[in-house]
Amino acid sequence: MAERAEPVASTRSSWSLSPVLRRMVAMPLKDPFAFTGILIYVLFALVALFADQLAPIDPMEILFTKAGKLAANVPPGAEFPLGTTNLGRDIYAQLVYGTRSALAVGLSAAIIVSTVGTIVGLVAGYFGGATDAVLMRIADMALSLPFLPFVIVLTGFLGASTSNIVLAVALLLWPNSARVIRSQVLTLRERAYVEAARVTGASAWRILFVHIAPNILPLSFVYAAIAIGWAIITEASVSFLGFGDSGSVSWGMMLQDAFASQALSRGQYAWFVPPGICIVLIVVAGFFISRGYEEVFMPRLRGR
Amino acid sequence: MRLVLGRFTHNALALLAVTTILFFMFRLMPGTPLAAFINENLNADQQQAMLEQFGLDKPMWQQYFIYLANLLQGEMGLSFFQRRPVMTILLEVLPNSVILTLTSLIIAYIFGVVAGAWLAWKRGTWIERAAVPAVLATRAAPEFWIGMVLLAVLSFNAGWFPSGGASSPGMAYSSNWDRIFSLDYVHHLALPVLTLALYLQGLPLLLMRSNMLEVMHEEFVTMARMKGLSEWRIVIGHAARNALLPVVTAFALGVGLSMGGNVVIETVFSWPGIGRLLVQAVSVHDYPLAQGAFLMIALVLALMNFVADLLYMVLDPRVSHGRKG
Repeated sequence: MAERAEPVASTRSSWSLSPVLRRMVAMPLKDPFAFTGILIYVLFALVALFADQLAPIDPMEILFTKAGKLAANVPPGAEFPLGTTNLGRDIYAQLVYGTRSALAVGLSAAIIVSTVGTIVGLVAGYFGGATDAVLMRIADMALSLPFLPFVIVLTGFLGASTSNIVLAVALLLWPNSARVIRSQVLTLRERAYVEAARVTGASAWRILFVHIAPNILPLSFVYAAIAIGWAIITEASVSFLGFGDSGSVSWGMMLQDAFASQALSRGQYAWFVPPGICIVLIVVAGFFISRGYEEVFMPRLRGR
Repeated sequence: MRLVLGRFTHNALALLAVTTILFFMFRLMPGTPLAAFINENLNADQQQAMLEQFGLDKPMWQQYFIYLANLLQGEMGLSFFQRRPVMTILLEVLPNSVILTLTSLIIAYIFGVVAGAWLAWKRGTWIERAAVPAVLATRAAPEFWIGMVLLAVLSFNAGWFPSGGASSPGMAYSSNWDRIFSLDYVHHLALPVLTLALYLQGLPLLLMRSNMLEVMHEEFVTMARMKGLSEWRIVIGHAARNALLPVVTAFALGVGLSMGGNVVIETVFSWPGIGRLLVQAVSVHDYPLAQGAFLMIALVLALMNFVADLLYMVLDPRVSHGRKG
């Protein structure tokens, strides 16, 4: 295939990389922002994967000093890199294991948000009419719910579990991606190659998923990256407010624990600064990636 | 005018949808809404009488209309725990939330607009290259975490600010307004406002920056340049004025959005506002109070969305008023 081919999605097989997909994979190499973002993601993924090797101590285990006393509020040192909590738990181990729950929350929310958003956007944009009207009214409704209060009420009453937080985030975030993808589909469906497919008798669903969908995949990806960040921040906020999953070790739970145990007045910065920085890094990575993709795929914004 | 009415109906319908969702959410929760209210010692007859008293024996759709009719009259029932009308409690804390939100937003937007315009002017320099990721980082930080760090450094460590609440213990005021205009109140307000402003300034800053960059290439700026106006006059008098329009709309939206987001800030600083009230009500399963606080936040959100729609129509002369173009 020619390097500078027009976005003529291959009709032979939906698996061969369309030019859009190829550009999507090559983009991070050209944009330093997106490259940094991907690098941060890879780094955290590795930490999550090798958490057991990186932190041999159980994050919830109550530790004792050699003298048999509770190892509470130990300052950072050789034995405990970030010190211990007021109940004698290793903060470094919690930070490392927190990566796992952050990625679990982020990825599951991102997958739901971008899948639902993409399908709704495709269907609403392509079929138009009543289908479009109904789907977009539902989107309006979801967008007029105050975000964090809704998540709090839902998790507060349905039960404080990670899956409920993900559910609430997904319920509120899909309309953003659906709206943008819908407007993109509106322009794509008028393109000549879609018209050509229609004339040759391709079914609506085939046109939608084989010819149009590959071209809006970068957008789905952008919204997935943003959703990862939103879900992690939301999980942290909800945990901080006391509606989090008490059984899991997460950055939000660490911050809540530190706040409730007066780590602030004791000046135990090593307890509550690192989890926040981890959240900032992972959310900023999403911003960087979406910025990079926007500049490549939304030419209006290019060069700014 | 028809367009105004159209936007009003749109936002009103959205609000109605929210109240409806909320009604069914609270009714479908595990346990009856009276679970916390009903004493275990009550016998079945007494429980039944209680259900009737609250209209909970009627079919769901009837309950729904009773609920809507009550809402329109500002009647939201009694708080389970405080045993006082929900409306009274809400109106007590609402000023605190409004003051916190508006003060922070005004500071954030003034800073954001100035800094954004400045960064646009500095395009391509190392300052701009370093500032953009830094601003993105402030938007990526959880609000409550910024609050925690500021609290630890400026309050507990430096001792410059009180660590929470809205007034010092033992202070007595003749009226609520006296309290709000006291120096003590402002002292308590400072740290939450700083936190919120730090979190909020990113949006107007980035918006202003990209608007400026866009506007700088438009014909009227080139025209001004050809007229021989100084660079400074072009930036302030021509470009900035036009770049500001979307920022004003974003401000209105920001009021609505941050009222909801204040939930965490108010909790960190024990600020007696509507967000903290919601958190407390949900954690003790005080359904009427939680419902009321949620609706109040949703109402402000819908109202500000409407104001933003209006501002957008009034301020931007390029928007064709109702005609499709």
